[in-house]
Amino acid sequence: MSNKKAKLLQGNEACVEGALAAGMRFFAGYPITPSTEIAEISSQKLPALDGKFIQMEDELSSMAAIIGGSLAGIKSMTATSGPGFSLMQENLGYATIAEIPCVIVNVQRGGPSTGLPTSPAQGEIMQAKWGTHGDHPAITLYPNSVEEIYNTTITAFNFSEKYRVPVVLLLDEVIAHMREKVTLKDTSEITIIDRKKPTCSAEEYVAYRADDNDNIPSMASFGEGYRYHVTGLVHNETGFPTNDNKVADKLIRRLIDKVENDIDNLSIYEDYKTNDAETVIVSFGSVSRSAKSAVNELRNNGKKVGLFRPITIWPTLEKQILEISKKAKTIYVAEMNLGQYYYEVERIAGKYCNVKKINKVNGELITPNEIISVINGGN
Amino acid sequence: MMYSNLVKKYYRINNLPHIWCPGCGHGILMNSIIRAIDNLKLDKDNICVVSGIGCSSRASGYMDFNTLHTTHGRALAFATGIKFANPNLKVIVVTGDGDCAAIGGNHLIHAARRNIDITTIAFNNNIYGMTGGQYSPTTPTGDFGTTAPYGNIDKSFDLCNLAKSAGATYVGRGTAYHASLLTKLIENGLNNNGFSFIEGVSVCPTYYGRKNKKGSSVKMMTYLKENCIDKKVVDKKPELGENKILIGELYNNSQPEYTEKYKEIIKMLSKES
Ligand SMILES: Cc1ncc(C[n+]2csc(CCOP(=O)(O)OP(=O)(O)O)c2C)c(N)n1
Ligand code: SF4
Repeated sequence: MSNKKAKLLQGNEACVEGALAAGMRFFAGYPITPSTEIAEISSQKLPALDGKFIQMEDELSSMAAIIGGSLAGIKSMTATSGPGFSLMQENLGYATIAEIPCVIVNVQRGGPSTGLPTSPAQGEIMQAKWGTHGDHPAITLYPNSVEEIYNTTITAFNFSEKYRVPVVLLLDEVIAHMREKVTLKDTSEITIIDRKKPTCSAEEYVAYRADDNDNIPSMASFGEGYRYHVTGLVHNETGFPTNDNKVADKLIRRLIDKVENDIDNLSIYEDYKTNDAETVIVSFGSVSRSAKSAVNELRNNGKKVGLFRPITIWPTLEKQILEISKKAKTIYVAEMNLGQYYYEVERIAGKYCNVKKINKVNGELITPNEIISVINGGN
Repeated sequence: MMYSNLVKKYYRINNLPHIWCPGCGHGILMNSIIRAIDNLKLDKDNICVVSGIGCSSRASGYMDFNTLHTTHGRALAFATGIKFANPNLKVIVVTGDGDCAAIGGNHLIHAARRNIDITTIAFNNNIYGMTGGQYSPTTPTGDFGTTAPYGNIDKSFDLCNLAKSAGATYVGRGTAYHASLLTKLIENGLNNNGFSFIEGVSVCPTYYGRKNKKGSSVKMMTYLKENCIDKKVVDKKPELGENKILIGELYNNSQPEYTEKYKEIIKMLSKES
């Protein structure tokens, strides 16, 4: 008999369930629509699991607190929306350079500024990668259903633990607030990755010396007897600041390489009927659901159309996009912004096929019919 | 270089000498923290020192504990995460007047309000040292800074009053001159199960001193010696406190601590299930 539990869950609820299944036991946040349920449900569930919830005074401190929680050895998460995500950027960069695993959920709403608080938008594709200053790695994941939110949240924690990076989970307001059936997995079916811990003695521990095979240093928690220094300044292997140009160069390149050299293990996507497709729609989140309906309908009318749906948004799935561009005549990038992911696709595919945009920024979803009429009009 | 046993025991000798200017008060304040820890015989592995950004905040790198040098103003928020995640850790925050009262002012009042068991030591040199002498929230009205070339028109904060009114349960002020008093206050702060705020009045001869014609470091220290008065004395003879810097224990009022209150919730839920 299966132990699987089928449940009707809201997207934000599924995010918390996924996080708890992944081992999240520390949440710090500040309320903001449309992410607030994630904080509310965490506040209810965490103490019953011996976990911790704290409502901080703002998003700057929420991001700081989860870094502290993670350094103390507890898997940590925060959730926010555009205005809060902007406030988190400096400390998100801190987590990147100090290599502190944590998960940041951004349930997007219309921007800029206070924007359209209760309407869907996909305006933070570029911010998820470039919101914090300087060159740095980024891992960003983007699910498109409630069940996928559950699974992808687990993956977000696993990636953050494995690579020691802050992972951004982008959600759409409509999916965060929608209810769908979710099959919660049995613990035995879930793969959990925990950060690599030092196996050497405290005397031998060099906090930021990366292993050759994966470019990732092992991480001791504060209080475990490995006394070391953590800083947002450029630092050498011991963790202490330095202005040495060679060390700076090596550090920044290693931080990026540890993620980008392992792209094959980070690449999650759905490839739907692209094999023979002359026209391919690229889209993610809620828009990809409209795109899939459009593909089905256009196929019914004999058009060779497919959908490529990146779930891993950053790092960019260059290999897959390139492959599609060599087979298709036209790629339409459909997104609820004025063309952000479009620039990535155009950069990679532009030499081999036409790359066009389907965009909307009025707070409404892109419907299947809108996609269909653009494609029909454009062919 | 010959180091004392105290230095060998608690400092990261490989990272010395420190970056502070000759005559800076910050080193004396840092040493008061070390002496307090030594006097209390705390376990080095169990101590976390968290700092922000500034000359003062560089202290964390020299001290041989679990140390976290964070972003400007945010030390208390990082420290809150550490303490809440693992309440067994002894968490100390080292910050500057700009770090804790300007950019980080909100985190200071909220950490105090929660009464979370963190001992904060604010190195107050009345100026932004690291960025070269701009006025800070504790620069006295009328004083000069590189961004107050015509005299500062802002009113200044009394950091201790601020922390006390926000909810800190132990508050005290020492100075770079009154170092043994400062050590004692830090010890008391570390013993207080709640949010403790200790101001260490520092001297910055390089910027504050030069901009305001305060003379050498020795002169600035002499000023501290002659212009501070212990609260205990003033309590008996208030007239002696006029125009003086009040030092000593300023407030001590134990209250339930934040992480312990949360533990009660966890306990209640575990009984229910
Ligand atoms: C977000 C941000 N803004 C500004 C700075 C520049 N900055 C670095 S230290 C500092 C002031 C430090 O003053 P204080 O906290 O009083 O410490 P001191 O150097 O005087 O010891 C400033 C403004 C920064 N590092 N980060
Ligand atoms: S600038 Fe001022 S505060 Fe900074 S090290 Fe020099 S004397 Fe100390």
